[in-house]
Amino acid sequence: MKTPAEATDEQIIDRGIEDGAAKLTQDKVKRVVQKMLAAEGGARLKTYIETCAHCGLCSEACHFYISNDKDPAYSPAGKIKQTIGEIVKKRGNVSVDFIKTACEISFTECNLCRRCVMYCPFGIDAAYMMLFMRRICHKLGVVPQYIQDTAHSHSATLNQMWVKEDEWIDTLHWQEEEARDEIPGLRIPIEKEGADIFYSVIGPEPKFRAQLIYQAAVIMHAAGVDWTMPATPGWDNSDMCMYTGDVEMMARLKKVHFETAMRLKTKRIVMGECGHAFRSVHDVGNRYLGWKMAPLPVIHAIEFFYELLRDRKIRIKKKFQKPVTFHDPCNIVRGRGLHEKARYVIHQTCKAFIEMHPNREHNYCCSAGGGVINCGPPFRKKRVTGNRVKADQLEAVKAKGAEIVIAPCHNCHGGLEDIIKHYELGMELKFLGDIIYECMEKE
Amino acid sequence: MSHINDWDWNTGKKILADINQWRKQFGWVEEPYASPNGESVAAIVKVDEMSFSVCENGEAWDNSFDKIWFLRYGPDNRAAGLVSDTAMWTVAVSGEPWKNWFEFVWDAKFGIHEGHITTAAQKNMEYFAVTDDQPWENGFYNLSHLAASPSGRSAAAVVQTKPINEGDIAAFQKGCFTVAVNGSPWQHEFLNAWEISFDSEEKHVAAEVRMNLNDYTIVVDGQPWNQRFSSVWQPVFNPADGSVTAPVRVAGGWTMARNGEIIWNSRLLQLWHHIYSMNGSRIAAVASPKFGRWTLAIDDVPWALTFKDLVTDPVFSPDGRHAACAGKTDGKWTVAVDGIAWNEAYDMVWPPIFSPDGKNVAAKTEKNGIYRIIVNGQPIKIDFKTLWNPIFSPKGDKLLIRGVGTVEDEGKYIRIIMSLAETLK
Amino acid sequence: MHAIYEIVSGPMVWLAAIIFILGSLYRLIFMGRLAAKKDPMVFSYLSVYYSLRSIFHWIIPFASVNMRKHPIMTVVAFAFHICLFAVPIFLCAHIILINEAWQVKWWYLPNPIADVMTLIVIGACIFFLGRRLLLREVRYLTTFSDFLILAGVAAPFVTGFWSYHQYPGHETAAILHIISGEIILVMIPFTRLSHMLFFPFLRGYAGSEFGAVRNAVDW
Repeated sequence: MKTPAEATDEQIIDRGIEDGAAKLTQDKVKRVVQKMLAAEGGARLKTYIETCAHCGLCSEACHFYISNDKDPAYSPAGKIKQTIGEIVKKRGNVSVDFIKTACEISFTECNLCRRCVMYCPFGIDAAYMMLFMRRICHKLGVVPQYIQDTAHSHSATLNQMWVKEDEWIDTLHWQEEEARDEIPGLRIPIEKEGADIFYSVIGPEPKFRAQLIYQAAVIMHAAGVDWTMPATPGWDNSDMCMYTGDVEMMARLKKVHFETAMRLKTKRIVMGECGHAFRSVHDVGNRYLGWKMAPLPVIHAIEFFYELLRDRKIRIKKKFQKPVTFHDPCNIVRGRGLHEKARYVIHQTCKAFIEMHPNREHNYCCSAGGGVINCGPPFRKKRVTGNRVKADQLEAVKAKGAEIVIAPCHNCHGGLEDIIKHYELGMELKFLGDIIYECMEKE
Repeated sequence: MSHINDWDWNTGKKILADINQWRKQFGWVEEPYASPNGESVAAIVKVDEMSFSVCENGEAWDNSFDKIWFLRYGPDNRAAGLVSDTAMWTVAVSGEPWKNWFEFVWDAKFGIHEGHITTAAQKNMEYFAVTDDQPWENGFYNLSHLAASPSGRSAAAVVQTKPINEGDIAAFQKGCFTVAVNGSPWQHEFLNAWEISFDSEEKHVAAEVRMNLNDYTIVVDGQPWNQRFSSVWQPVFNPADGSVTAPVRVAGGWTMARNGEIIWNSRLLQLWHHIYSMNGSRIAAVASPKFGRWTLAIDDVPWALTFKDLVTDPVFSPDGRHAACAGKTDGKWTVAVDGIAWNEAYDMVWPPIFSPDGKNVAAKTEKNGIYRIIVNGQPIKIDFKTLWNPIFSPKGDKLLIRGVGTVEDEGKYIRIIMSLAETLK
Repeated sequence: MHAIYEIVSGPMVWLAAIIFILGSLYRLIFMGRLAAKKDPMVFSYLSVYYSLRSIFHWIIPFASVNMRKHPIMTVVAFAFHICLFAVPIFLCAHIILINEAWQVKWWYLPNPIADVMTLIVIGACIFFLGRRLLLREVRYLTTFSDFLILAGVAAPFVTGFWSYHQYPGHETAAILHIISGEIILVMIPFTRLSHMLFFPFLRGYAGSEFGAVRNAVDW
């Protein structure tokens, strides 16, 4: 299928894809696909496929396309053509090898960032099409190993990182203890029914970045917020099942998350600096469960920080001195329009702010989102070289003096970290919470 | 055992503690908890630089601990908390720790009517449950979804019986999880198991499971239903005949299944949290008949009244003739009884509670930070800063109100018995 | 020749018009019902305000970022679509025929202007053909049917131009003009040309999701 790129690409072997495909026959592929198309291939899929005028205007929206020397196989419509487009055209009569390629394309060459939706004259949602392809892959049992393992973790522990229930609570106790060394009166209120705010995070926070929970606790404490975190599953707002096409499991995760907040009779959910989790609670998981909007307000950290600074609940002792730039994460900018609020927070906390270009809704994706980074090491090189344009963008803003890149999203951090390292950009990454924690009055 | 009939049901108000005073005394006072009979109130307090205790009605427990969390009252009106001493953990009831200590304890549960306590525990990286200080004989690689039987004497949980190496998706897909009842695992493993239910006689256990990546079903005592579904929610035993029902997803939407067979005609956008009337004759469940609309469906018939945001806490009256729930539209909560919503909306409502004769419904509510008890849509005009769910007297003619007051009772924990006639004036 | 002319300009026009109208209605109703059945949530997110906001943004030249990135394409695409609709509807000769049949008439384009506009359509078709052949990202997506559709769209304009200017064989050209016009009419509901029917709905849905749910712009 993939003529221009194939010759140069190294062959990537992924156990999830290989072993899954080994169990398939062309006949089974056909049966499963036809069943899927009949059950879920609705008006959106049909209209998108039949309306696409093959004009190619979506191409330049995609960082994979630009970074791969404008190889058309990486354009949004090009990727649709090689995956779900062909499947619909042939009514599922495709080979097992085709499914392997389609799996790799849909899982590792599209971040579902929806930038191309803004470039298509019809507003065709390529992310929807790629997710449909991923859903078929899930139904066929052909999913990259690492992200499938994450989906398994979600299903078994209801969090992303195989964190056991005692480890989660222990982490909260530990962070509370650490923070009390700095602020003696601080508390991480666990299972406090009737608190105003239910604070939820993603699996990697207790696993790798526990200091973020510490920082959040310090900010909550200083702002005098009535908040709580649960001692049960439901604390993790992340959702890789949304990205593996396992929508039933996605729904289960969202149900547990929302119902835990409701069980504690909290009024709203404030979530840490994560993008995909916001997407899953704001306009994907909730819908699948039947909630038009989230059943209780979900506030992303950017919006929460904005409120705290606007209402003078936290005060900045001394502004952050090094010049900063800001990476707009797709799921909370194209997904929620939080870009101006983020800039408000930066202006309140940082001395010098330099915009990167393009920015706001038009910012380039980090290339980690959409579950791509979760597909793991086999695809790392492809992900990083597939986003050379991001490195160019960062280099340009670095030339203007920016030293720090603020990215209020975990996936963006992962993606940008790899890009900064690979292209030797020598820039430092921070969350907004890092900046606020560093600059705020803590007592 | 403390029985509700033995509680002090004489009308009147008692001031049992001054929590503001506790704050002066201890410096560190966490949120208080009241006993079911309302005679006690307790909070975690700091008694020394590095040691914590629980203050009950103004008196600290004799024992203090390095850390205490999850303080709750059991149905027997004794306070229990999860406590730690020199990095080991256990349950302390009325200040007395259990004999067994563990590396961690969490998810403590009480029986509904008796004071038996079950908790999840971990020691030497083995996971198990402990009921009344008696640990399970078997430990597992992991444990979740702990459930206590109605009396609290038995416990069941989802357990991991085989190790899974990082990234070993093949091992996972062979099935590494099952349910253990009082420490004995079911014979077969599944990809996943989740919510567990006991029957009323505590002899049978049912759970939601996933058989492979795409097929879900219900397992009863280790035996899966013959039917497979694209998803299921928590099963419940019929209290009368012991059959098991669960919401299941089939082509066209969600519906109700009994012992694997579909029993409802409706296909809904969502269906969950079903409950039985006490005699097992009726089922009520939270349902979404239309995208973005929520209601209660009773025996396959949804109410005409719907809410936009969500519906929670369905409940039957003891005689099963009436049903109530909490519902939210555009961020404002109210209570609905038999398909009719109360007029007033609140910032939050707690589960509605029927009187024993089913004629009255009371609920704790909150509006602009003020807590009040509402009976049949009418407020009892006493404001509280903290409030617990109201309890009807066995005859249903009186109401027990427990809360921390405002204005003249600012910071004071008060217990009020009101005659219903008075509240409805 | 005359008999063929009679058929193509009489019953076949009716047939084509009926197929076009009923076909379009069928397609829209079918999609609407399919959406109601399989994507019911689509309707509950449609917002009139944000639909119109998006539609207007995308029917104004250079109002979106991508239009500014491709100025030539933008100019050609707008000129093409305007002429494509304006010429057949406001052509003097067409209005005369309609007036003869039903005694209704409306404002018409001066013939020289219509002539230029016809050439714009033909020129645009050549431009699109060039894109399909020369631009790598477009060539990659192009299928044989895309050439057929392009030829189908150009045909009535080429033949119309031919017949109007009375070039050799103009009588045959006139018949071919009518037939190709009929073919294109029939093609609209059943080919990619149905983007004409679905544009407002797709744009409206994208606009509603971006505007009402995601609080962002989609241009």
